[in-house]
Amino acid sequence: MPYFPAGPRRSRIGADDVKAPDFDYCRPESMADALALLSLHADDAAIIAGGQSLLPILNFRLAAPELLIDIGRLDELKQVTEDDEFVEIGALVSHCDLADSPLVGRELPLLHQAIDHIAHPAVRHRGTIGGSLAMADPAAELGACCLALDGAFSIVSVRGQRWVAAADFFKGVYETALQPDEILTAIRLPKPAPGTISIFEEVARRRGDFAMAGLALVAAPNNLRIALLGVADRPVLVEQTMTLLTNNPTAVDEAVALIGTEVDPLDDPTYPPAYRRHLVQVLLRRALSRLPQ
Amino acid sequence: MSTKHRRISLTVNGEAVAREVPVRLNLVDFLRHDLGFTGSHVGCEQGACGACTVVLDGQTVRGCLVLAVQADGCAVVTIEGGVDDDLREMFYTLNALQCGFCTPGMLLSSAELLRANPNPSREDIREYLSGNFCRCTGYQAIVDAVFTVAEARRS
Ligand code: FES
Ligand code: FES
Repeated sequence: MPYFPAGPRRSRIGADDVKAPDFDYCRPESMADALALLSLHADDAAIIAGGQSLLPILNFRLAAPELLIDIGRLDELKQVTEDDEFVEIGALVSHCDLADSPLVGRELPLLHQAIDHIAHPAVRHRGTIGGSLAMADPAAELGACCLALDGAFSIVSVRGQRWVAAADFFKGVYETALQPDEILTAIRLPKPAPGTISIFEEVARRRGDFAMAGLALVAAPNNLRIALLGVADRPVLVEQTMTLLTNNPTAVDEAVALIGTEVDPLDDPTYPPAYRRHLVQVLLRRALSRLPQ
Repeated sequence: MSTKHRRISLTVNGEAVAREVPVRLNLVDFLRHDLGFTGSHVGCEQGACGACTVVLDGQTVRGCLVLAVQADGCAVVTIEGGVDDDLREMFYTLNALQCGFCTPGMLLSSAELLRANPNPSREDIREYLSGNFCRCTGYQAIVDAVFTVAEARRS
């Protein structure tokens, strides 16, 4: 669940509490139909797939689209494929199918580690990678993983297809590079070089809760990348710390000190910035201790 | 804006059902109010508690985070559709329920776990049930019950 700031309390308890507002619904049979519909209704429509982020938001009435376009049954977006350089994951691959994919386990073990932290089995059965990325909750795991893995996203509309790097995709809390008429259709992740080690670490109040802070580390020979989640309005790379550790992998204390200065967590009454900064430092130390010396 | 409706057909606990539903109706409300399957409960309606757990096309889902229209053409199983007898009986024997509000969700989730992993550790059980809240906090007994069933099935 996303973190929602406390609003005015509603005093009326009735059948409509925590129910979605009214909307229209359609389930196009093809991507072409979905795109045509979306271009027609762009500003008033929302794409739904698994609905594991959108439906809570509708139930809280934080959004009120007039039309839901359900792409959840477009099977062509449910494949995981590979070539020599890349693994391509369809936007509708569920968290649970990602976790069960031997190809993902072999090439992108970071994702398998991260999925353990995403909600609970019943949510992972329906939640999709594309849905999570397009929702762009700053505490979501997969955005940070795609950033650490230097991935790119396929974005289509009736106007055509374009690729956007993960680093350019996330624009803020629930904000992305997606235009109102565009759909995220696939995620392309470069296969890490042989010998690459990837590590995912997270702190949450309870198993499956939204992260207070999380860290995705991909240590390739001569190139170490670290992305953080839950500490800014979007997943972020910590470039200075990455450069330091790429040049000097044993500079653990220095890196832990540096990463604390590199993040600027949002102010939040529950977890003050200093606390999240501390968590990031703890997570980095933990992650580095898991690297073979 | 007038409420939008759609006609859906699906099977619920093996029986074919067709109904006209408001598109904003969620699956668990449809099951409870339209069909009378009140075994699935409604707690938080935001995906947090697992009281609304039902099985959709063979997988547990949050009934409050699926629209009834999204279940069109699918097979839904609720606790009324039955769950492994040994598990149900062990919950009873080991007092793994007090008020029973969480129990349908706990049973369906535990049954799914034991199908995927017949040999779970207590940790695995806790992990798998982490999305099911017991407001009576009887977790210890619930884990006992699932663990004991797994042991009994092996022997
Ligand atoms: S009522 Fe669905 S998870 Fe709580
Ligand atoms: S037995 Fe009461 S909520 Fe679990």
